[in-house]
Amino acid sequence: MGVRVQAEPFDFGAEANAFAAQVQGAGAVVTFTGLVRDIPGGLSVMEIEHYPGMTERALEQIRAEALARWSLADALIIHRHGQLAAGDTIMMVATAARHRADAFAAAEFLMDYLKSRAPFWKKEHGAAGAQWVAAKDEDEAALDRWQAP
Amino acid sequence: MMRLDVLYFAFVRERIGLPREKVDTKAATVADLVAELMAREDRYAAAFADLSALRVALDQELSSFDAPLEGVREVAFFPPMTGG
Repeated sequence: MGVRVQAEPFDFGAEANAFAAQVQGAGAVVTFTGLVRDIPGGLSVMEIEHYPGMTERALEQIRAEALARWSLADALIIHRHGQLAAGDTIMMVATAARHRADAFAAAEFLMDYLKSRAPFWKKEHGAAGAQWVAAKDEDEAALDRWQAP
Repeated sequence: MMRLDVLYFAFVRERIGLPREKVDTKAATVADLVAELMAREDRYAAAFADLSALRVALDQELSSFDAPLEGVREVAFFPPMTGG
Protein backbone atom coordinates (compact mmCIF):
# COMPACT_ATOMS: atom_id res chain seq x y z
CA MET A 1 0.00 0.00 0.00
CA GLY A 2 3.03 2.21 -0.14
CA VAL A 3 4.01 5.21 1.94
CA ARG A 4 2.10 8.28 3.08
CA VAL A 5 3.48 11.48 4.59
CA GLN A 6 0.76 13.74 5.91
CA ALA A 7 -0.14 16.41 8.45
CA GLU A 8 -3.64 15.03 8.98
CA PRO A 9 -4.43 12.55 11.75
CA PHE A 10 -5.22 8.96 10.76
CA ASP A 11 -7.19 6.16 12.36
CA PHE A 12 -4.71 3.33 12.85
CA GLY A 13 -7.45 0.76 13.43
CA ALA A 14 -9.12 1.64 10.16
CA GLU A 15 -5.74 1.70 8.38
CA ALA A 16 -4.82 -1.73 9.76
CA ASN A 17 -8.17 -3.17 8.68
CA ALA A 18 -7.90 -1.70 5.19
CA PHE A 19 -4.34 -3.00 4.90
CA ALA A 20 -5.28 -6.53 6.04
CA ALA A 21 -8.33 -6.61 3.76
CA GLN A 22 -6.34 -6.06 0.55
CA VAL A 23 -3.33 -8.36 1.02
CA GLN A 24 -3.24 -11.58 -0.93
CA GLY A 25 -2.13 -14.88 0.55
CA ALA A 26 -0.93 -13.53 3.91
CA GLY A 27 -1.35 -15.42 7.16
CA ALA A 28 0.15 -12.72 9.37
CA VAL A 29 -0.19 -8.96 9.71
CA VAL A 30 2.03 -7.02 12.13
CA THR A 31 1.38 -3.36 12.90
CA PHE A 32 3.26 -0.84 15.00
CA THR A 33 1.88 2.55 15.95
CA GLY A 34 3.92 5.39 17.49
CA LEU A 35 2.21 7.93 19.76
CA VAL A 36 3.37 11.27 21.12
CA ARG A 37 4.71 10.48 24.58
CA ASP A 38 3.83 12.60 27.59
CA ILE A 39 6.96 14.14 29.14
CA PRO A 40 7.39 15.04 32.83
CA GLY A 41 6.50 18.66 33.41
CA GLY A 42 3.96 18.58 30.65
CA LEU A 43 4.47 18.32 26.92
CA SER A 44 2.11 20.68 25.20
CA VAL A 45 3.08 20.22 21.54
CA MET A 46 5.30 17.90 19.52
CA GLU A 47 6.40 19.61 16.32
CA ILE A 48 7.66 17.37 13.53
CA GLU A 49 9.63 18.96 10.71
CA HIS A 50 10.50 17.02 7.57
CA TYR A 51 12.16 17.36 4.18
CA PRO A 52 9.40 17.22 1.56
CA GLY A 53 10.56 15.17 -1.38
CA MET A 54 13.42 13.42 0.37
CA THR A 55 11.05 12.08 3.02
CA GLU A 56 8.91 10.26 0.48
CA ARG A 57 11.98 8.94 -1.35
CA ALA A 58 13.60 7.69 1.85
CA LEU A 59 10.41 5.94 2.99
CA GLU A 60 9.95 4.35 -0.45
CA GLN A 61 13.55 3.10 -0.34
CA ILE A 62 13.16 1.68 3.17
CA ARG A 63 9.91 -0.04 2.19
CA ALA A 64 11.46 -1.46 -1.01
CA GLU A 65 14.39 -2.80 1.00
CA ALA A 66 12.01 -4.58 3.39
CA LEU A 67 10.08 -6.10 0.48
CA ALA A 68 13.36 -7.32 -1.04
CA ARG A 69 14.70 -8.83 2.19
CA TRP A 70 11.66 -10.65 3.52
CA SER A 71 8.90 -12.63 1.92
CA LEU A 72 6.16 -10.02 2.33
CA ALA A 73 2.75 -9.71 0.74
CA ASP A 74 2.76 -5.95 1.37
CA ALA A 75 4.09 -3.17 3.59
CA LEU A 76 2.67 0.21 4.59
CA ILE A 77 4.30 3.26 6.19
CA ILE A 78 2.33 6.32 7.34
CA HIS A 79 4.18 9.20 9.03
CA ARG A 80 2.79 12.55 10.13
CA HIS A 81 4.43 15.95 10.35
CA GLY A 82 3.37 19.29 11.80
CA GLN A 83 1.97 20.05 15.24
CA LEU A 84 0.90 17.07 17.37
CA ALA A 85 -0.33 16.77 20.95
CA ALA A 86 0.46 14.15 23.61
CA GLY A 87 -1.35 10.91 22.80
CA ASP A 88 -1.65 11.72 19.09
CA THR A 89 -0.69 9.09 16.55
CA ILE A 90 2.66 9.99 14.93
CA MET A 91 3.18 7.11 12.56
CA MET A 92 2.48 3.47 11.82
CA VAL A 93 3.94 0.60 9.89
CA ALA A 94 2.14 -2.53 8.79
CA THR A 95 3.61 -5.65 7.23
CA ALA A 96 1.87 -8.72 5.85
CA ALA A 97 3.48 -12.09 5.21
CA ARG A 98 2.60 -15.74 4.83
CA HIS A 99 4.17 -16.43 8.26
CA ARG A 100 4.64 -14.17 11.27
CA ALA A 101 8.45 -14.28 11.51
CA ASP A 102 8.84 -12.33 8.27
CA ALA A 103 6.13 -9.84 9.25
CA PHE A 104 7.66 -9.17 12.69
CA ALA A 105 11.23 -8.86 11.41
CA ALA A 106 10.25 -6.56 8.55
CA ALA A 107 8.23 -4.32 10.88
CA GLU A 108 11.23 -3.98 13.22
CA PHE A 109 13.49 -3.24 10.28
CA LEU A 110 11.11 -0.52 9.03
CA MET A 111 11.01 1.05 12.49
CA ASP A 112 14.79 0.97 12.97
CA TYR A 113 15.35 2.66 9.61
CA LEU A 114 12.57 5.22 10.10
CA LYS A 115 14.20 6.34 13.35
CA SER A 116 17.49 7.43 11.88
CA ARG A 117 17.26 7.37 8.08
CA ALA A 118 14.01 9.18 7.32
CA PRO A 119 14.38 12.99 7.36
CA PHE A 120 12.12 13.91 10.26
CA TRP A 121 13.09 16.08 13.23
CA LYS A 122 11.07 16.28 16.42
CA LYS A 123 10.86 19.33 18.63
CA GLU A 124 9.20 19.19 22.03
CA HIS A 125 7.39 22.26 23.29
CA GLY A 126 6.88 21.92 27.04
CA ALA A 127 6.48 23.94 30.19
CA ALA A 128 10.26 24.55 30.26
CA GLY A 129 10.44 25.78 26.66
CA ALA A 130 11.13 24.12 23.34
CA GLN A 131 13.94 21.78 22.43
CA TRP A 132 14.94 19.52 19.56
CA VAL A 133 14.85 15.83 20.40
CA ALA A 134 18.40 14.45 20.26
CA ALA A 135 19.09 11.37 18.17
CA LYS A 136 20.00 8.40 20.36
CA ASP A 137 23.19 6.40 19.88
CA GLU A 138 21.22 3.19 20.38
CA ASP A 139 18.95 4.10 17.45
CA GLU A 140 22.01 4.32 15.18
CA ALA A 141 23.41 1.11 16.71
CA ALA A 142 20.10 -0.65 16.06
CA LEU A 143 20.82 -0.46 12.33
CA ASP A 144 23.92 -2.65 12.74
CA ARG A 145 21.90 -5.79 13.25
CA TRP A 146 20.43 -5.43 9.77
CA GLN A 147 23.81 -5.20 8.04
CA ALA A 148 24.79 -8.19 5.96
CA PRO A 149 27.43 -10.30 7.78
CA MET B 1 30.60 28.68 -10.99
CA MET B 2 27.45 26.72 -10.23
CA ARG B 3 24.21 27.66 -8.56
CA LEU B 4 22.99 25.35 -5.80
CA ASP B 5 19.77 25.20 -3.85
CA VAL B 6 20.94 24.92 -0.24
CA LEU B 7 18.38 23.80 2.35
CA TYR B 8 18.56 23.88 6.14
CA PHE B 9 16.44 21.93 8.59
CA ALA B 10 15.76 21.87 12.33
CA PHE B 11 18.42 23.60 14.47
CA VAL B 12 20.54 24.38 11.41
CA ARG B 13 17.60 26.31 9.93
CA GLU B 14 17.03 28.12 13.22
CA ARG B 15 20.68 29.11 13.65
CA ILE B 16 21.11 30.35 10.11
CA GLY B 17 17.68 31.95 10.15
CA LEU B 18 16.33 30.75 6.82
CA PRO B 19 15.05 27.47 5.35
CA ARG B 20 16.73 27.67 1.94
CA GLU B 21 18.76 29.89 -0.33
CA LYS B 22 20.52 29.94 -3.69
CA VAL B 23 24.28 29.77 -3.42
CA ASP B 24 26.71 30.52 -6.24
CA THR B 25 29.89 28.62 -5.61
CA LYS B 26 32.98 27.03 -7.08
CA ALA B 27 33.23 24.58 -4.16
CA ALA B 28 34.45 21.17 -5.29
CA THR B 29 33.15 19.25 -2.27
CA VAL B 30 30.56 19.60 0.47
CA ALA B 31 33.36 20.44 2.91
CA ASP B 32 34.50 23.30 0.61
CA LEU B 33 30.93 24.63 0.51
CA VAL B 34 30.69 24.47 4.32
CA ALA B 35 33.97 26.42 4.59
CA GLU B 36 32.62 29.10 2.23
CA LEU B 37 29.38 29.41 4.18
CA MET B 38 31.18 29.54 7.54
CA ALA B 39 33.35 32.40 6.30
CA ARG B 40 30.25 34.47 5.45
CA GLU B 41 28.82 35.31 8.86
CA ASP B 42 28.84 34.20 12.49
CA ARG B 43 25.43 32.55 12.23
CA TYR B 44 26.78 30.18 9.57
CA ALA B 45 29.94 29.54 11.57
CA ALA B 46 27.77 28.69 14.59
CA ALA B 47 25.49 26.38 12.62
CA PHE B 48 28.41 24.40 11.15
CA ALA B 49 30.70 24.51 14.22
CA ASP B 50 30.34 20.79 14.95
CA LEU B 51 30.12 18.77 11.74
CA SER B 52 29.89 15.52 13.69
CA ALA B 53 26.42 16.72 14.76
CA LEU B 54 25.34 17.32 11.17
CA ARG B 55 24.27 15.27 8.19
CA VAL B 56 24.20 16.23 4.53
CA ALA B 57 22.01 15.12 1.64
CA LEU B 58 22.87 15.69 -2.03
CA ASP B 59 19.86 15.73 -4.33
CA GLN B 60 17.82 14.16 -1.54
CA GLU B 61 20.18 11.23 -0.88
CA LEU B 62 22.24 11.01 2.30
CA SER B 63 25.87 11.71 1.53
CA SER B 64 29.08 12.78 3.27
CA PHE B 65 31.10 15.95 3.74
CA ASP B 66 33.91 14.77 1.48
CA ALA B 67 31.53 14.09 -1.42
CA PRO B 68 32.05 16.03 -4.69
CA LEU B 69 29.42 18.60 -5.73
CA GLU B 70 29.80 18.17 -9.46
CA GLY B 71 26.38 17.71 -11.05
CA VAL B 72 24.56 18.32 -7.77
CA ARG B 73 21.60 20.74 -7.72
CA GLU B 74 20.30 20.53 -4.15
CA VAL B 75 22.30 20.32 -0.92
CA ALA B 76 20.60 19.94 2.47
CA PHE B 77 22.13 20.25 5.94
CA PHE B 78 20.42 18.94 9.05
CA PRO B 79 21.00 17.24 12.41
CA PRO B 80 20.72 13.46 12.85
CA MET B 81 17.17 12.42 12.05
CA THR B 82 14.60 11.58 14.70
CA GLY B 83 11.74 9.89 12.92
CA GLY B 84 9.46 7.11 14.09
